[in-house]
Parts: sequence; structure tokens; C-alpha cells
Amino acid sequence: MKKTRSNPNAKTNRNILRLAYVVVGIFVCMIAYMAYFMQIKSETVINNPYNARLNLLSDRVVRGEILSSDGQVLARTVTGDDGEEKREYPLGSLFAHVVGYSDHGKTGLESAANFYLLSSHINLVEQVTNELADIKSPGDNIVTTLDAQIQQAASDLLGDRRGAVVVMETDTGKILAMVSKPGFDPNTLSEQWDILTSDEAGEARLLNRASQGLYPPGSTFKIVTAMEYLREHPQDYADFSFDCSGVYQDGEYEIKCYHSTAHGHEDLRLAFANSCNGAFANLGLSLDKKKLKELSEDLLFNRNLPLSFPYNNSSYQMEEGADDWETLQTSIGQGKTQITPIHNGMIVSAIANGGILMKPYLIDRIENAAGETVKKFMPDSYGALMSAQDAQRLTELMADVVTEGTGSALRTDAYTAAGKTGSAEFETGKETHAWFVGFAPVESPKIAVSVLVEEGGSGGQTAAPIARGIFDTYFSTYGQ
Amino acid sequence: MINLIVEISKYVMIFLMILYAYLNFRFFGVKDEEKQNRICVEQNFLMFVIHFLAYLTLYLKLEDGQILMFYWIQVFFFLAYLILSRVFYRNISRLLLNNMCMLLCVGFVMLTRLDPDRAFRQFAIVFVSALVTWIIPFIIDRTWQLARIPWVYGGIGLLLLLIVYVRGITSYGAQLSISIGGIGFQPSEFVKISFVFFIATMFYHSVEFKTVAVTTAIAAVHVLILVASKDLGSALIFFITYVFMLFIATSNCFYLASGLAGGSIAAFLAYKLFPHVQVRVSAWLDPWSDVENKGYQIAQSLFAIGTGGWFGLGLCQGIPNKIPVVEKDFIFAAISEEMGGIFAICVVFICLGCFLQFMMVAVRMQAVFYKLIAAGLGCVYIVQVLLTVGGVVKFIPLTGVTLPLVSYGGSSVMSTFIIFQVIQGLYVLKKNEEEEE
Repeated sequence: MKKTRSNPNAKTNRNILRLAYVVVGIFVCMIAYMAYFMQIKSETVINNPYNARLNLLSDRVVRGEILSSDGQVLARTVTGDDGEEKREYPLGSLFAHVVGYSDHGKTGLESAANFYLLSSHINLVEQVTNELADIKSPGDNIVTTLDAQIQQAASDLLGDRRGAVVVMETDTGKILAMVSKPGFDPNTLSEQWDILTSDEAGEARLLNRASQGLYPPGSTFKIVTAMEYLREHPQDYADFSFDCSGVYQDGEYEIKCYHSTAHGHEDLRLAFANSCNGAFANLGLSLDKKKLKELSEDLLFNRNLPLSFPYNNSSYQMEEGADDWETLQTSIGQGKTQITPIHNGMIVSAIANGGILMKPYLIDRIENAAGETVKKFMPDSYGALMSAQDAQRLTELMADVVTEGTGSALRTDAYTAAGKTGSAEFETGKETHAWFVGFAPVESPKIAVSVLVEEGGSGGQTAAPIARGIFDTYFSTYGQ
Repeated sequence: MINLIVEISKYVMIFLMILYAYLNFRFFGVKDEEKQNRICVEQNFLMFVIHFLAYLTLYLKLEDGQILMFYWIQVFFFLAYLILSRVFYRNISRLLLNNMCMLLCVGFVMLTRLDPDRAFRQFAIVFVSALVTWIIPFIIDRTWQLARIPWVYGGIGLLLLLIVYVRGITSYGAQLSISIGGIGFQPSEFVKISFVFFIATMFYHSVEFKTVAVTTAIAAVHVLILVASKDLGSALIFFITYVFMLFIATSNCFYLASGLAGGSIAAFLAYKLFPHVQVRVSAWLDPWSDVENKGYQIAQSLFAIGTGGWFGLGLCQGIPNKIPVVEKDFIFAAISEEMGGIFAICVVFICLGCFLQFMMVAVRMQAVFYKLIAAGLGCVYIVQVLLTVGGVVKFIPLTGVTLPLVSYGGSSVMSTFIIFQVIQGLYVLKKNEEEEE
């Protein structure tokens, strides 16, 4: 159809072509979407426990190794003379929760990295040779961010007590250690399986307390209370003062400081350093409850955490109309508030990093069997949890906890540290849970630590020394 | 050794398929008829090589002698169909013919892999369809009376849909088919064609407001019966086709706009009224929150496509049978899983190429009646492709329609044969006219 010829159909034809272009446009979008799915999204999609196809891969590939950042083998598959494959964990129970297991369902990294472990990126010639000889190709290895030395130190320091330790780099989000006790030996999982799952002793050994254990934050929540106070009194927060007699009376209610210690006259700085319950209960009553809730949610209470492994959501429940008792309790981290050790670590990590939270991650890179990097994971920012000013002021408060207050266990000439202790009551008549969250060095923070010891008593006496040990190990190995 | 052959065949097939899809579009850039013919011959060659490699793989993997026989029967069929079509209809569109055979070929390969018995049955249906629809271009070329009987098309269409509504067999929550002498039959597939003919004849006679109103009313009755039968995929196809044809016939943007607005409102109402639409939409938005139930189909489909990746797991090396109704609504996911994402995208490009040819026929025809027929059938065809592929890759919510010529299903194959042969008829008609000039 020549354009020069005038045609009564010209308009109709133009419309037909227009509609055809629209259709082509829609198809281009659809194909682009499919390409995007296959190239970018599919990796997370197919690494799903419901995807039966991953099991097919294990017919062609020997499951890869999981390595620590300092080169220790955390998990490997050994093929016996009879061709039988067996998964081994050379360090036994040390990495039990974070590495996980792959024989009774999959957990931990064994689950999260399942697809990588079952993919092979050896060179083509080798692949073809293996194919011809009908030999399985070696799967890719996972190099984790975990540091076996720090993990060992954390585990030793925690000893036989129940609890959890998380250590992460503040400016990258790399998780260097994640310990949960009591643990289990993944090498003998099958033999222990019935005991572990029936859990008659109530130990919950399979639970990764670091990311799944929910505990009252105790005095570590004063970080949040203090932050809200700083925000509501940006100019005159230094004027806060309180006289502590060891027991704080508010009408019929009574709030005691730890062991009813009388802290005397305090400003905000000292009240925070002494972890004075009376001062914070008093201060808490003055706060805007709506804003306090908003702040907690900004700090990811009641929210999903940017983690790629199973965790529980921390919860903060105090609403606007809460009565005084609930307010007093919540201000000092008791009441209904609950938090996981990793989340508590993330909050202090963000404080150390100028308010910016780096997404915690466990996999540094994927290597093929020859050690060549197939894929590298880069640090990724979640965004600001608070302003840089908030972070700066909290850092000052937390530094004083170590130099003048309850964090005395971390006083040393070797480096500076900042943190907050906590002794969280959870059941009358039982010892409190001991908390310590903090980071070091104060001037240019490297790592953040979150320690929880179940029924450990005082945070300053039980949890802080564990953090001290971890900082000592880290700085003696890597310097400042 | 077998593995090596299978593996190499996989990559070669992908490469040849890319070449085939490329030639499909290259064709239009070539003006010289001799060169065009050469492209078509090259396409035939590519198809037979892909067909051979696919069946070689299937034979090596399944080790079933029947498959070898089946392969030779198909080769014979394709050769005969390609040659005889051109013997009887000198001016037939070779490109469209090639594409039709290519899509059938992909369908046969995938069905053989999924369920050989169904593949045999599918072949029988294709064979019968090829014979029965043989005559269509001849009728189109010689019978002008087709444009005079709108009420026959409208009446037959509504009658068939009503029968399904009253006596239909329910499957997956929708009434789709009726059984005649034990053979399942899906009338809506054929009503799509009578529907297009009905609208074309109506608008051919007049596009005055009164005619438009009457036609819209009848079209609406079609759509409403389908909605009542819960066959929402077909209802959507009918609706879009009607708006499409109305716009082409009247060149009136107001109709187009009000059609789209009405469609959006109807979609919203359908979402509010039908729980199964809500299920589909929520499964589309987030299949992962309920992988075991509501999100099961789409999740399995995405696992298949994702695990297969760009190059596929290889024929017989995936587990496409994990996907529900894989041989019908989800055949595209199976193709992508085993033959590769690239191969599957090429299939979409071939479908799109067919649609563009339909549109070109529509542009070239002089009579509005033929224009409307070609554009309407093109719309029916491409919306169906869009719904099935888009649903399978989670681009849009699932609607449960088949991929024409590739999916298993007698009515779908037969009706698509009719559509293609009608277009061939128009093409032949136009060519013959041009030659007479």
C-alpha cells in the first residue's frame, strides 16, 4: 500500500497498526519481565525448600563446602569408597546453628545457600570430561563472613551457659560470629534426632537463640528510651536530674534499681551509665508514647529484619493509652517488649555506624572448586535507623557506661569501647538474663557485639566480660 | 556418551531456534520474492533439524521404540502438509505455514516428553484438523456470502455458550466443556471465531450508533454467559477482541476509551464478586506466602522456569510434571524448564510474528469485512498467548488458557487451525486479486 495513493482505509489501517504496536509493546514488557526474573530474581525464588528441582541437582553435583573467612572448613561432603556421600562438620557443634544441617531438612547456611552448593562452576572442559565419565562435578564452595577464631572465642567465653553471642562489622554488616547455646553436634544428628526434637529437657537445642530467641531487653532498652528523650529535649537534655534512693515510688508503684543500689544525684549521662531504673522510669513517664512506639518501629521492633536466614520479629506493644505501670516497665525494658540478640546487635551497630544500618550477611562469596570467585556479595545499606546526631549522642552516653558505669569490665588501655548492660527480669524468683550490647573502638568503630546469657544475673558482671573477651581477641588479631 | 549428545543437542536446538525466530522477522526486511522463498526453505530446514534433535534426545532418554515410529510419522506429516498446502494453494503464506508447523512441532516434542499417550492423541487431532480445515482457504476465496449472515454467527455462538452454561462439565472451578459421545468438546474455543465473524458482519454493514448498540449488547451477552460459566479467561479474550474490533471499525477513540474504562470497572467488580478471582490475584501478588495451596501452581511454574534458567535443564532432565495441568495451561513453563528460557522466548516471538502477519493481512485487505476478520482473529490469538505466557511467568494473574497449537487440547488445536486457515484464505484471496490486476 503506497502512501501516496489516497485510500479510504488509510485511517483504519493506521489504527490497526497502532493496536499492533501496543501489543508488541506489551509483549516486549512481558519478555523483559521474564528475562529479569530469570537473570535476577530466580536465584532467591528457586532456592526455596518447596522447589523439588534442587534435589535433581544433587544427582549431578557433589555438594560444595562451607568455609570460614579464615579458611577453616565448616562443612564438607566426603564420598566413601562405596560412593556413599556423607556430610561432615569438622568443627562439630561450634557452628551448629549458623551453618545448620542438610540431612533432616535443611537449616542455616545449608538451607540458605543450598542452590549455590549444588551448582558447579568448574571449567567447561572438566565439566564435559566428568559428563563423559559419568562423574559428579564438585559443587561451588561458600566462603562465609564467619571468623572461626572469633566464633571459638565467643563460644569459649559463653562456656556451658545458655545464651547467644552475635558479632558483626559495623560498617559492612558482615557477621563474624553467631553462637547459640546449648548446641548440638551436626555430625551425629541422626543419632540424636529423636532426643533433640522431643526436647524433654526443655533445652531447645535446635533453636538458634541468636536470631530466634526472644528476650526482654531489660536495661539495653534504655538506649531507645534515652534516644526518645534526646529527641524530645534536643536543647535541654543535659538539665535532666534525678535523685536516686535505690527505690523509685510513683503512687502505689515501686521500681527498684538493681540490688536497690542508691545512685544519688544524677544527670542523664550518669543515670544511663549507672543504668538507673528510677531515673528512667521517671523520665519514661514524661515521654510521648506515640512517638516512643514510632521510634521503636523505626528501630525495627514489630518489623521484618533485613536478614536472609530465619529469625523472629522483636515486639514492642505499648500503645498511647497505656497506664503508668506499663509505662514504667516499658521504659526500663521490662513489660511486654521482646527482642532477639541479633536485633539488639543491629541497633548498636547502626549507632556505631552513624545511624546507618548495614544489612547483616553471612555469605562473602561463592567460589568454584578451583577457588575462583564465581560471585561476590557486597555490603548493602538498609538505610538510616536514626540521625547521625542521635547516633553521636548515644555513642557518648554508651562510652560513659564503660568509663564510669556498669560496663567497667571493658575498661582497658588497649582500646576504647561503648555499650550498654542489661539485667532483664523474666520470671519472679529466677536470676535475670544478662545482656551486653556495644561496639569498639569508640572513635572509629569496627565491630559490634550483642551478648545474652540466660539467667546470667547482672549484665555488667556476666555479659560484659564476654564482650571484653571478644574485643580482646579481635583487636589482638586484626589490630585497630 | 548419551549425556554428551543430549547436552550438545540442547544448545544446538537453542541456537537453531534463535535463527528460526530471527528469520521470521528478517523475512519482512526482504523485498525480493526469491529471497523470501529462500528464507522459508531455511526455516523448514531448521525446523526439521530441531525436530530431529529433540526426538533423538527423547529416544535416548526414554528408550522407547514407539517414539521412533512416532517421530517418522510426524516427519511424514509435516512434509506432506508443507508440500501439499503449497500444491493446492499456490499463493499461500509460506511464513505463516512454517510458523504453524514450528509451533506444532514444539508442542509434539513437549507433549511426548510429558505424556506420550497424550502426544499420540494430540497428533490424531492435529491430523484431523489439518484435513478438515483444508478446505477453508478455498471457501474464503470464493464465497462472498459469508458477510451476509450475522445472525447465524451470533445465534450459533450464543447457543453453544448457553449449552455449556447449562450442561457444562466443571473443571478447576470453571464450566468449560461439554461431552458429546464421550469426547470432551470446548465450544468457547469455536465461539471465539463465530464471535469475530458476527462482529465483522455487523460492522461491515453499518457502524451507525444503532448497529453499534445492538452489536455491543449481543457481545455483552456472550461475555456475560462466559462470566456466569466462570470461564473468565475466555470472557476477557472476548471482551478485548470486541473493543479492539469496535475501534478499528469506527476509528472512534471514545469507544476505545469507554471500552477500556468499562473493562476496568468490570474487572474490579469481578474481583469483588468472585472469590476465585481474589485467590488468583493474591496468588499473583504473593505466591510465596501460601506455597502449598493458593500459590502452588504459580510457584511450581516459577521454580520450573527459574531452575531451568536461560539454557534449560535439558529434555527429560527436569521435573515439569510437578506443575499442575502442565500439558495445557502451563506448557510454556515446561518448555522453559527443559528447553531453556531462550528457547521459550523464541516461541513467544514466533507467536508474535504470527500476530503481526495477521495484522498485515488486515492492513492489506481492501474490504472492511476482511480487515475486521483478520484483525479480530489476530486479537483472539494474541490475547490468548498473552494470557497464558503472562500468567505462567507471573507477569499477570493466571487466567487458565492454553497456548495455541502448543498446548494439549483438541478444541484449542482445531479452532486455532481454523483461525490460521481463515487468515491463509484471506492471504490467498488478496494474492489472487493482485495477480489478476
